[in-house]
Amino acid sequence: MTDFLSFISLHIDMVYVLILSIFVGVEVIGKVPSVLHTPLMSGANAIHGVIVVGAIIVMLNAGVNNTLALILGFIAVILGTLNVVGGFVVTDRMLEMFKKKKD
Amino acid sequence: MEHNLLELFYLIGSLTFIIGLKMLSNPKSARRGNLLAAGGMGIAILGTLIFYKQDVPGIIYALILGAMAIGTIAGWFAAKKVQMTAMPQMVSLFNGMGGACAMLIGLIEFHHFLEADDNIGLLTVLASLVIGSVSFAGSIIAWAKLNGNMKKEIRLPKYNIINTLVMISIFVLLALVVGGWVNEVPAIYALFAISLLYGILLVIPIGGADMPVVISLLNSFTGMAAAFAGFLYNNHVMLTGGILVGSAGTILTVIMCKAMNRSLTNVIFGAFGGGGAASTANVGDKSVKDISIADTAVLLNYSKKVVIVPGYGLAVAQAQHVIHELETILEERGVEVKYAIHPVAGRMPGHMNVLLAESNVDYEKLIEMDIINPEFPNTDVVLVVGANDVVNPAAKTDPGSPIYGMPILDVESAHNIIVNKRSMSAGYAGIDNELFYQPKTSMLFGSAKQVLTDLVTELKNMN
Repeated sequence: MTDFLSFISLHIDMVYVLILSIFVGVEVIGKVPSVLHTPLMSGANAIHGVIVVGAIIVMLNAGVNNTLALILGFIAVILGTLNVVGGFVVTDRMLEMFKKKKD
Repeated sequence: MEHNLLELFYLIGSLTFIIGLKMLSNPKSARRGNLLAAGGMGIAILGTLIFYKQDVPGIIYALILGAMAIGTIAGWFAAKKVQMTAMPQMVSLFNGMGGACAMLIGLIEFHHFLEADDNIGLLTVLASLVIGSVSFAGSIIAWAKLNGNMKKEIRLPKYNIINTLVMISIFVLLALVVGGWVNEVPAIYALFAISLLYGILLVIPIGGADMPVVISLLNSFTGMAAAFAGFLYNNHVMLTGGILVGSAGTILTVIMCKAMNRSLTNVIFGAFGGGGAASTANVGDKSVKDISIADTAVLLNYSKKVVIVPGYGLAVAQAQHVIHELETILEERGVEVKYAIHPVAGRMPGHMNVLLAESNVDYEKLIEMDIINPEFPNTDVVLVVGANDVVNPAAKTDPGSPIYGMPILDVESAHNIIVNKRSMSAGYAGIDNELFYQPKTSMLFGSAKQVLTDLVTELKNMN
């Protein structure tokens, strides 16, 4: 219990960010028209690719001799980048089609 | 100095994610929103590379940049090459990559927290590992199913009980590891294996129209995994990005469930397919009425109002362009043409809109279910192309039907209904459709593309 409380107070700003972000996420999506569900899902999919930042940090921290961490980190960076780049590009392709006939 | 700059970069990244998501929920600003979020992501990644840590050996930078290059090229090509019809499996696959990334981070990092004897940190890293693994395994199964590599539904006997037990065992194992009551390292690997198993078990029994809900759910899972990893590194951009997707994805999942009049528990614990067999049996010897291309063309030509109900079959046949041509010809002849879009038409919500937009169909002509339904009674002809379950009256009339309760397009109330299908086989949900046997309904058999092309030719020859 003491562990838990000290963890919370140590990371109190993160806890605030966490709670407020939940509300922001709900609020932002609330009124989306169903036409945009697919691009939105795909765009959100690209955003959680931010996990790649974690993979990069793993590699930066790994040290040259930690081969296992470097190998796994290397794969993680590839996969994370795939998620980010693929996600944004595919979303852009979808949205491009919506825009075309408005001109 | 470096640290402060990094925090600034992360702040910019987080802001672009929020504003980008907001812009994505409006058709006018959606594209810019996506690019904005992509830019913010670039800033966050760049900031991490430059400012996170000094004096890192060059070889490590080379490795990171190499991995990023591989990921960028692969992601770019996959995203550019994919057919619009295959979009759901692509999104699912990208989601699985993100889940796998979280999973790998968890596998590498848990050692540090074990050594430091930091129980809360360990719990966080394991949460990221578990959720990432579930999301990865589940997404790969979802991808294989949507891609047709896998049988649609696999139900182990008593799968609900098995799945629940596996889920409980994950929590028990987590508690044992964090409490230090077991030998941690092997227990963590067991946890990893069980999480992968759970991801598989979660998705294999799910089929039919429920797939989009599952993809959306897995999407929010990966978001949560990223958020836990953000906690781990005290990293704000990962936390906000992850949680935004986690909560937005959950809301989106709920919206999709509502569109099908199902609850999330219902989707996951699958009442689907339960009572279907009984309902199918009693339509065995009913007969359907055929209609020829020529008759269809005449009927359409002399109608005042035609509503097209496009389904996934239309997209599979790559007939979106032909249907747009048909619509244009009819409009030139003074026929009012609209498209009725069911919320779950296609394989994902809004999927059909993307597919039709691709072939230049006017955005204004795509009418949502609630608005088009009252218009069917004064519609002369409804043309159903490659859709099935979304026009199945059993959803309203037959409590034994697996799709009972799902809102449908009320095409029955139109004067004439013409259904184009390849054969009499059942729809994606695997159930028969009463609509086909009704006196007002005529069946126009053939592949969507061929039939529509013939219809266009026939109509052109009529003047």
